[in-house]
Amino acid sequence: MRIECPHCGERDLREFYYQGDATLAKRPAADAGEDAWDHYVHLRKNPAGVTSELWCHERGCGAWIVVERNTTTHAITSTKLVGDF
Amino acid sequence: MRFSGFKVLKEGLTGNKGWSPHWRSPDPKTEYDIVIIGGGGHGLSTAYHLAKEYGAKNIAVLEKGYIGGGNVGRNTTIVRANYFLDGNSQFYSHSLKKWENIEKELNFNAMVSQRGQIQLFHSDAQRDATIRRGNSIINQGDEAEMLDVPTLKKMVPYLDFENARFPIYGGMIARRSGTARHDAVAWGYARGADQHGVDIIQNCEVTGIDIEGGVVKGVQTTRGAIKAKKVGIVVAGRSGQVAAMAGMRLPIESHVLQAFVTEGLKPIVDHVISFGMGHFYISQSDKGGLVFGGDLDFYASYAQRGNLPMMEHVMEAGMALMPAIGQAKVLRSWGGIMDMTPDGSPIIDKTHIDGLFIDCGWCYGGFKAVPASGDCFAHLIHTGRPHKVAERYRLDRFRTGVGLMDEEGTGSQHNLH
Repeated sequence: MRIECPHCGERDLREFYYQGDATLAKRPAADAGEDAWDHYVHLRKNPAGVTSELWCHERGCGAWIVVERNTTTHAITSTKLVGDF
Repeated sequence: MRFSGFKVLKEGLTGNKGWSPHWRSPDPKTEYDIVIIGGGGHGLSTAYHLAKEYGAKNIAVLEKGYIGGGNVGRNTTIVRANYFLDGNSQFYSHSLKKWENIEKELNFNAMVSQRGQIQLFHSDAQRDATIRRGNSIINQGDEAEMLDVPTLKKMVPYLDFENARFPIYGGMIARRSGTARHDAVAWGYARGADQHGVDIIQNCEVTGIDIEGGVVKGVQTTRGAIKAKKVGIVVAGRSGQVAAMAGMRLPIESHVLQAFVTEGLKPIVDHVISFGMGHFYISQSDKGGLVFGGDLDFYASYAQRGNLPMMEHVMEAGMALMPAIGQAKVLRSWGGIMDMTPDGSPIIDKTHIDGLFIDCGWCYGGFKAVPASGDCFAHLIHTGRPHKVAERYRLDRFRTGVGLMDEEGTGSQHNLH
């Protein structure tokens, strides 16, 4: 698997750290309540198919990237900086 | 049909004409008391225990593919009870005791081999942690034994004891742990369940779960609608999709775990050996293949194959521990779908829907749990109360934060186990 970093171009999987579902990029407000926080921290749609994930180009430029990827084929359809997500 | 030495001899001398299928292939009925979704090891074990131990009747197991075609037939076959945390340790202890009796109980050769599992350590801190774990295991009634380097050198002389980076400081052995023949476990439970009246329905995919007024009414399948008073979901890596049919979202992310088998070699590895640095463990199958695996690839996947970086990591760890395997050729590798929970421990619980139960979150440790998971899930479905060794496997522990069981001590977060 190779991932296209918006800054550095296509790089080897080994340079990236997988954080989890892109829901992690949408942190709820501190007082959003138990439900919102349970969804944010634990509950996952966990789809067999296209999903959006949060990766970090840890051994590269350090950017946080939202990767749209198919979990059944590992095919990556788009990547963008988390700020543009 | 019962297996016996006499029967095997007789069939061998008379052309093996007397064997019959080990379970029926019935068409699904329109209604059952209990429907188990998923005919893997855990589902079959659940159905077997429901019928045999708890006297439940009118049970069906619905399997999308064929019996033995999923993770139960593709794993590294290790059975062990060396868990540290309260809750996990009792559960896996219960499971190992059931493994010790499984062949007698099922009249089926599951080739359980208590060859001993050795966990190595490579630093003073790891030695301390290992002793602590050993004491915890002993305190709750199982056995753990420390091995010093001279003893290990006699038992497993082929390891690289003087590795400059990861010298072996010692190990802990769980002598009752070992391996079992994985697909025989599926077949044995399928046969046992069938003999107790369970309908095992293969090639029957569940496409929907019928719920009315918060009560489960049955399932929709590729072979028609089936009504049921109780439904149990035991579908491992696919838990997210099946639970979604009931409108549920689970604390589970499915990841890929790879494992590897070499060509058949003469006997060399007599135990199950786990490297303490880097994730690597190895045993040798009865056919002679070295069976070894490592850690998750650490990204969500249903692809049933992994990527090369983790493969490389596993091979490097193997070479660091046991350079002798460098000449062995890897015959095959595969990737299984693991239903990962945030804390790395499983879930056996009711859901918020009446009559709907779930057994999931086995992460990369489901095989050794097959007998106890089936027993405990059957207990829960039959009585409505958790089995005493599984009462900590609550679905709501993530939401409440009470009773998390993070065996590795890395944190309760999806990408950490």
